[in-house]
Amino acid sequence: MQTIKLKTPVSILSSASVAGVKEGLGPLKNFYDKVLEDAEWGEKTWEKTESKMQTFAVTKALEKANLKPTDMNYIFAGDLLNQCIASSFGLRNLEIPFFGLYGACSTMAESTSLASITVSSGYADYAVAVTSSHFCTAERQYRQPLEYGGQRPPSAQWTVTGSGAMVLGTGKSPYITHITTGKIVDMGINDANNMGAAMAPAAIDTLTAHFKDTGRTSDFYDLIVTGDLGKIGKEIVIEKMLEKGYDMRSNYNDCGCMVFDLEKQDMHAGGSGCGCIAITLCGFIMEKIKSGELKNVLFAGTGALLSPTSTLQGETIPGIAHAVAISREVD
Amino acid sequence: MTNKEYIDYVNKKTPNSKILKNTVLAFIIGGLICCVGQAFSDFYRIMFNLSAEDAKTAVPITMVFLGALFTGLNLYNKLARYAGAGTIVPITGFANSIVSPAMEFKREGLVLGLGAKMFTVAGPVLVYGITASVIVGLIYYFIGGMM
Repeated sequence: MQTIKLKTPVSILSSASVAGVKEGLGPLKNFYDKVLEDAEWGEKTWEKTESKMQTFAVTKALEKANLKPTDMNYIFAGDLLNQCIASSFGLRNLEIPFFGLYGACSTMAESTSLASITVSSGYADYAVAVTSSHFCTAERQYRQPLEYGGQRPPSAQWTVTGSGAMVLGTGKSPYITHITTGKIVDMGINDANNMGAAMAPAAIDTLTAHFKDTGRTSDFYDLIVTGDLGKIGKEIVIEKMLEKGYDMRSNYNDCGCMVFDLEKQDMHAGGSGCGCIAITLCGFIMEKIKSGELKNVLFAGTGALLSPTSTLQGETIPGIAHAVAISREVD
Repeated sequence: MTNKEYIDYVNKKTPNSKILKNTVLAFIIGGLICCVGQAFSDFYRIMFNLSAEDAKTAVPITMVFLGALFTGLNLYNKLARYAGAGTIVPITGFANSIVSPAMEFKREGLVLGLGAKMFTVAGPVLVYGITASVIVGLIYYFIGGMM
């Protein structure tokens, strides 16, 4: 069994998101708490900007829940930067007991999973899950300098600038009910410009495990979303899940395809990064759950567990996906 | 499904770069950059009476300056999105490959940031370019003289 049903359903008390300039021009622009006017946000380095986004997301989410940092028992946070500095620097002044995580772009689901388990088991009254990514910090770490003149292949994805945070506790709707923890899946893709294809098998593996373990069918959910598989990964998931007998054509989407208008914004295969699912979930999806348009949602954060070193050494890309089920009502 | 079957499936699914469009754009934009270079060459020879030899020195200096300037103005990378090899191959692309990491890593300091990282993109070109020219030079020295 990869799935646990939480003994006490965990409440999502609030969520908050902050998005970058390009994300703020995308189709979900009205659902973010804040859209940046430029890539720096008044900071000297982009790393500082990313940290500031995490500080903002957490502070805003706490404000919405009418809670203080001192009320929090734990914060689970992670990002893409070496040694996870966006999280540790961004959260150092909040004085909340801190667990730093690395799950690549699956971090939103990983942090939410762990925070939920902590709250559900009774070890915490409140816990926060947060993650972030920034196009400029990710580019310089994984790829080329920003001003370098290069062309991207059509399968390349665009790292989302943004941060999303959720405050978890108990008592009120909506609830986190199930957690499916993913295994590392590597099907031999070694093209770092085709991350969607590298991560799709992990998403398929986790989603299949979730349906088998819970006995739910895919149409139990109004919406199933994966984190950042992009256009190619999304197609792979739909086709392969259909082969396994799960028809997700009408209720499945990928945040990488939702966060940008791929054609108009010239985003190639779509968005990526920890922030991709974080801002889509903490903004748009939570809003739709609150309004009742979505009753049952399954979100699966997807991560490519590669590093610039492993890519240079010719290694293949291991993928991971963690799924979290959210329901408006529990029995 | 084996890894090999999956990789084949993915390769079929992944769209290829638009080679024809990219090549045509590279030809036109790269060609235009070369025309600018030729215009400077003519300009220097006619207006400043430079010899053909001296113009050959002055033109790359000008083009490297322009490449660096347009990189600094955040325009070169925007042109390169469409031009591809058309902006990489001319000497302006070489300037871009040195100026862009210099700009990117100046936040880590002038010595260990800018200074150390400036050649991360252009470094391999220098290493293998110089090595190749030494080898060709040696071959020419020993064999070329006989002919």
